[in-house]
Amino acid sequence: MRGLEFRGLSSVSGPIVIVRRQENVGFSEIVNIRDGRGGRKTGRVVDLSAEYAAIQVFGSTSGLSTEETSVEFLQRPMELFLSEDMLGRVYDGLGRPADGYAAPFSSICRDVNGEPINPYARVYPRDFIQTGVSAIDGMNTLIRGQKLPIFSGSGLPHNRLAAQIIRQAKIRSDSGHFVMVFAAMGVKYDVARFFIQSFEESGVLSQVVMFLSLADSPSIERLITPRCALTAAEYLAFDRGMHVLVVMTDMTNYCEALREVSSIRGEIPSRKGFPGYLYSDLAALYERAGKIQESGGSITQIPILTMPNDDISHPIPDLSGYITEGQIVLDRGMFQKGIYPPVAGLPSLSRLMKDGIGEGMTREDHKDLASQLFAAYSKAKSVRNLASIIGEEELSSLDKKYMAFGDSFEQDFLTQDETDNRSIEETLDLGWKTLMALPRDELYRISEEYIEKYLPRGDEGEGT
Amino acid sequence: MIEGKIVKINGPIIQAQGLSSCGLYDVVEAGETKLIGEIIRLEGDIATIQIYEDNTGMRIGEKVVSEERPLSVYLGPGLIGCIYDGIQRPLKNLYGLSGAGLKAGVKAAALDLEKKWNWKPLVKSGGGVTRKAVLGCVQETELLSHRIFLPPDIEGEEELAFVAPEGEYTVEQIIAKTGGGRDIRLAHYWPVRKPRPYTEKLGMSEPLLTGQRVIDVFFPLSKGGTAAIPGGFGTGKTMTQHAVAKWCDADIIVYIGCGERGNEMTDVLREFPEIRDPRTGRSLMERTILIANTSNMPVAAREVSIYTGVTLAEYYRDMGYGVAIMADSTSRWAEALRELSGRLEEMPAEEGFPAYLPTRLAEFYERGGRVTTLEGKTGSISIIGAVSPPGGDFSEPVTQHTKRFIRCFWALDRDLANARHYPAISWIDSYSEYSEELRDWWEQVNPRWHEARTQAMELLKREERLAQIVKLIGPDALPDTQRLVLLTADMIRNGFLQQNAFDDIDMYSSPEKQVLILKIIMDFYHRALNIIKAGAPLLKIRELSSLNVIVRIKSQVENSAIEGIREIENRMNGELDKLEKEYRK
Repeated sequence: MRGLEFRGLSSVSGPIVIVRRQENVGFSEIVNIRDGRGGRKTGRVVDLSAEYAAIQVFGSTSGLSTEETSVEFLQRPMELFLSEDMLGRVYDGLGRPADGYAAPFSSICRDVNGEPINPYARVYPRDFIQTGVSAIDGMNTLIRGQKLPIFSGSGLPHNRLAAQIIRQAKIRSDSGHFVMVFAAMGVKYDVARFFIQSFEESGVLSQVVMFLSLADSPSIERLITPRCALTAAEYLAFDRGMHVLVVMTDMTNYCEALREVSSIRGEIPSRKGFPGYLYSDLAALYERAGKIQESGGSITQIPILTMPNDDISHPIPDLSGYITEGQIVLDRGMFQKGIYPPVAGLPSLSRLMKDGIGEGMTREDHKDLASQLFAAYSKAKSVRNLASIIGEEELSSLDKKYMAFGDSFEQDFLTQDETDNRSIEETLDLGWKTLMALPRDELYRISEEYIEKYLPRGDEGEGT
Repeated sequence: MIEGKIVKINGPIIQAQGLSSCGLYDVVEAGETKLIGEIIRLEGDIATIQIYEDNTGMRIGEKVVSEERPLSVYLGPGLIGCIYDGIQRPLKNLYGLSGAGLKAGVKAAALDLEKKWNWKPLVKSGGGVTRKAVLGCVQETELLSHRIFLPPDIEGEEELAFVAPEGEYTVEQIIAKTGGGRDIRLAHYWPVRKPRPYTEKLGMSEPLLTGQRVIDVFFPLSKGGTAAIPGGFGTGKTMTQHAVAKWCDADIIVYIGCGERGNEMTDVLREFPEIRDPRTGRSLMERTILIANTSNMPVAAREVSIYTGVTLAEYYRDMGYGVAIMADSTSRWAEALRELSGRLEEMPAEEGFPAYLPTRLAEFYERGGRVTTLEGKTGSISIIGAVSPPGGDFSEPVTQHTKRFIRCFWALDRDLANARHYPAISWIDSYSEYSEELRDWWEQVNPRWHEARTQAMELLKREERLAQIVKLIGPDALPDTQRLVLLTADMIRNGFLQQNAFDDIDMYSSPEKQVLILKIIMDFYHRALNIIKAGAPLLKIRELSSLNVIVRIKSQVENSAIEGIREIENRMNGELDKLEKEYRK
């Protein structure tokens, strides 16, 4: 179907072009732009006044002339055709097939912006996902329908961790498996390649939909990529009843693109030049995770973002943390000590953990144990600080035990191999084992009953 | 009907021509899909309108129709237990109408128009009444009697030409008529931005009990008071709000989820109906109204959700109830203001926020308070606003301005949260200006409230100073008297301040239990100090078996069995007596 077509632009400035508008152009609708030399681009109406329409072009505007360019208003928002056959396919950042085959046939077509989920229609997520990674399962449990980002820094092994989660994630209660939606925004080809390879190795490539907007694609395209990915995920989850795991990397590149467009449009910036609506915009993406009534499916999001200069108070991780249901923070110090996965014990958090663990879900002692491990690890950290000042020799005997616990927690519990897939029981038992370093009196967050039942009776000898 | 045409669209802010005879803040229906909007600026013939729904696809030239009344909420029986969006659209009905996604332009009445309420008139026709008189009652829930007045915009005395007899009526049916010809129904409209009238504001004298020890004893909030909970992400703002909403002794809770997560509202919807109110034994949902304008819902409606919530609260306050508002989070509301202000191209003040931010905050918090209602009863609105400072930095504008208009500051601390010490309310940075006003009330519970509290706070303060030294030289270098301070502070932290929201006993502490726990710890400290001064080493005291029991009182002794604390106290005293005898020789 053809829409209205006009010739000639009033101005071109970066990715924004201004067109003398006629009747019948809708806010936020999609336009096709053809330059005088036969090149085609897609854009979106971002501003409308009685005479002009401002269009944001997804792609480079080089070569557009004010005279020769023609603009076609398609009278519909940005849409994506959806079908189950998308699984196993590769798309570009704007949702066009990029693997050389034709788009799968489908009559279902949705606005990529989606609709906000009615809070009343949501189902509170509480199914435990076993990732096989102790630092996550034991301390920051991932729940089906959760949005749990990985806050990382450049050079840290966030991709390896994400790939490990993808390979190992499973629901213990049912046999239903995950399908994956993978959105790459502004990452290098090697990174995308790494993920493709790890999908291949674990034999799930046919269960993945990929949207790739790599580092050499126009930055503005990244604004659409996660939206396409989430639209596909919503279709698979809520229409087709599948459990979808969405990995989006790297959210920092997405936010940079947003800032770029905002500054070209001359908007008033808030922190570090990012637009004031960065929070709402990120929320529009992250909030598309979850479960809804009347559908068996779910969307679990694992966005990856690299914190500029490892600064967690930078607006991107900061605002993400306010929206997502927790965060897995990777720590450079631990990485340098050779700990994999270098999941920082204290700043990491899973907000949905409280309702997804315990008897019948993981194990009855999980809540108490996790709480005790957090408290003891926090104490161990402060003892370590003290030791660096007064020397380890000067520590009291209790403090020395905390030091020993801290080391054991990092070496035995947190550290594991990339191929090591631990069951939740193994993880919890390991946790108990590390607590043996402490006198029994110090386990004040665990009920006596569980201590009796689970604390291994080694030859600790003292402190009881 | 006043009609105009759209001439400019910039996100949720549009401009229309031909609405010059409308009033500022009038509601309009804009475009073909009839999206709800509000006129926020009038310049000559051009009206600037903020749209409360997603306006993708809106075109220049589409018509805008004014409803010729300001943005209002519909007040009447049936509000309790509902979940609304920012402009009081019932989300449950919207789910029925348009499925899981919220579609723009879908409309539903805020109150159930079919449901019949049992109306009991308390006045007869023929008499003169003012807005002060109760016309009659409707039993809204098992516990809540809903009192019907004349709408408060009727200021003078009116003769009642007709009063409907007792019977079943819907909210739209006429239950009375005034001599002036005005029809009175069970429900009426009230503009959200206009505070409802009352007779006078009162001082504070009674605490809003939350069952959370660190709040009730250390930083108490009074009924009608205002509090802020600032904290970076993951420090437990929402958890604290939930705990207060669950356990506080207000009659009605208005929970405003303003720009926060959808799942948090679902959590409330799932959890509250199952929890019994410890005072009434009824489901918590029977006293709760939810306003959910989550972060992905339209930003303009987020701005108004705060006013919607406070207007509903005022409506119940006017019936003489104690209402508590949880606003989570006021920072998202301020950001909505900033976003809309930016689109209006206003000159920004600090960090892009508009210069009128403090005025708006003040207006909001001043709608709280304890008042004599028009009828002469006492009603109150307590406001507890969460603040989400970027990067957890309290020096940012929203936290700083909020501090000017609240009297209770529950600062959440990142280090406590990291150690999973919840509620992570810092005892160093927080304060409450209400503690003096509430002293009389508390001393009726336990005459040693004030004493135990000041001593404990002073001890924690000393511990903080000692901790600085310990960081440099280690605890072993300190004399035993000072190490006792560290030990006692540890007991206060673990046995009193830290409270487990998931433990069946610990989640709620009665006022008596709260004071007793603190008292026993402070008694321990004073006696132990004397024994150490008499020459006993700290080690001996550390070894006492009752110490472990004391820190577990919170989760072992039920609120209904606080005699148990007495036994523990005797045991502790026994052990200390023995030790004292040994060293007194």
